[in-house]
Amino acid sequence: MIKFSKVAIATVGALTLAACNDDSDTVTVIETPVEYEVVLKNLTNGQPISPPSLLLHDTGALFTVGESASEALELLAESGDASGILSDTRFILSSASASGGITYGTSTTITVSYTDNVKYLSFVSMLGNSNDAFTGLNQVDLTDLALNDSVTYQTVAYDAGTEANTETVDTVPGPASNAASPDGTAGEAFNAERDDIDIVTMHPGIVSSDDGLITSALTYQQKFDNPVMSVTITRTR
Amino acid sequence: MSNKHLIAAGLFGLFSATGQAQDLTLTLTNLTHNIYFTPVVAGAHDSSTEIFETTVAASEELEVLAEEGDFTGVSGLLGNAGADVVDNPAGGLLASGESTSFTLSNASGNDYLSIAAMMLPTNDAFIGLDSWEIPSEAGTYTVYLNAYDAGTEANDELAASIPAFPGGDAGTGGSGVTTEISNATVHIHPGVVGDADLEGGISDLNNSTHRWLNPVAKLTVVVE
Repeated sequence: MIKFSKVAIATVGALTLAACNDDSDTVTVIETPVEYEVVLKNLTNGQPISPPSLLLHDTGALFTVGESASEALELLAESGDASGILSDTRFILSSASASGGITYGTSTTITVSYTDNVKYLSFVSMLGNSNDAFTGLNQVDLTDLALNDSVTYQTVAYDAGTEANTETVDTVPGPASNAASPDGTAGEAFNAERDDIDIVTMHPGIVSSDDGLITSALTYQQKFDNPVMSVTITRTR
Repeated sequence: MSNKHLIAAGLFGLFSATGQAQDLTLTLTNLTHNIYFTPVVAGAHDSSTEIFETTVAASEELEVLAEEGDFTGVSGLLGNAGADVVDNPAGGLLASGESTSFTLSNASGNDYLSIAAMMLPTNDAFIGLDSWEIPSEAGTYTVYLNAYDAGTEANDELAASIPAFPGGDAGTGGSGVTTEISNATVHIHPGVVGDADLEGGISDLNNSTHRWLNPVAKLTVVVE
């Protein structure tokens, strides 16, 4: 939509100089820095969302439904640790992370920017009271988002397919499982072993002990339906 | 998109992206298997008005709608804000698979549409549309509505806490799914648990007929 880039604040000095010394039509169009303010809401009843790291990129994708999860996504979906995702610099142009997770019933705002136009925004976050459920946005196209325009996405829950959804106190790392643990020890987060179907799918949902899975550490309060998050992206530069 | 409209407004001076009075024909369909919607309230309002917002606690008016199916508080809230309001277009309950069609003429500046109705039988579930921007271009638009939890009542799923079972299929003797409110703000409803025991178990709801998955309602808006 933005065909003619406005000159960035960072280059105003250079432009002013150029304008003083030269009143011909030789003003150079300078690459536009972009900035997006992103408001992320946790819409669930009782699922903490792990700290989101927003990524700007032109190529690549964090996951594909029907294909095997990357090791970085497995780590994220089983533990909430985004370090593997962030360390994959093959396609990440810029990133910005929340300082903490997003509790249900709350929201957080993250600003992410880059020195040039970008094509996509993506992120993934774990649903903390689960074996390997995650949500996120995959390749949201930003190219038509004009300055000061906003767009809102509803995100859904995916299953990384890397850990069986046993919901047991030993395998679910989040606070609900810890509270259910007889000795208070945290359930295991990341385990490199893949004991599930090893493809990413939509998540079938939490069963819970209230719904008949007596070995589940989870209760009715951790069940969810889609959408699990609302994400509003506003282009601020 | 909005830029295009502004340019058109500037060129022709006939209409603008916002602020134009419109005639709308709305059709709301209950998509659930066996959940009734209580009398619906629909309103076209300005950008500073809303009947609910996720991650924010419900108003008292919305709490009454979600727990008792009484839309009058929300309707009053909208009316006081200068909204164009339609009350109870279905003339009562809207059962599974049923639709209600109604017209709504929105005044200049009332460019956002909101809708709510309680879902029965539940503790405090409601169908909701929060400030959907009414398109300025003529056409037919479809919006799907989700089930929200008002966050004002623990979802114990007991008949004593649920105002009505319009299908006449209330269970008894349930022990109660929970006594706690996990999230006291408006949020996506986690769903019904239910059970298969009509005279006991954890819930007085049925685990095969009283469940749903989003979306729970379909709204078609014809902008003339």
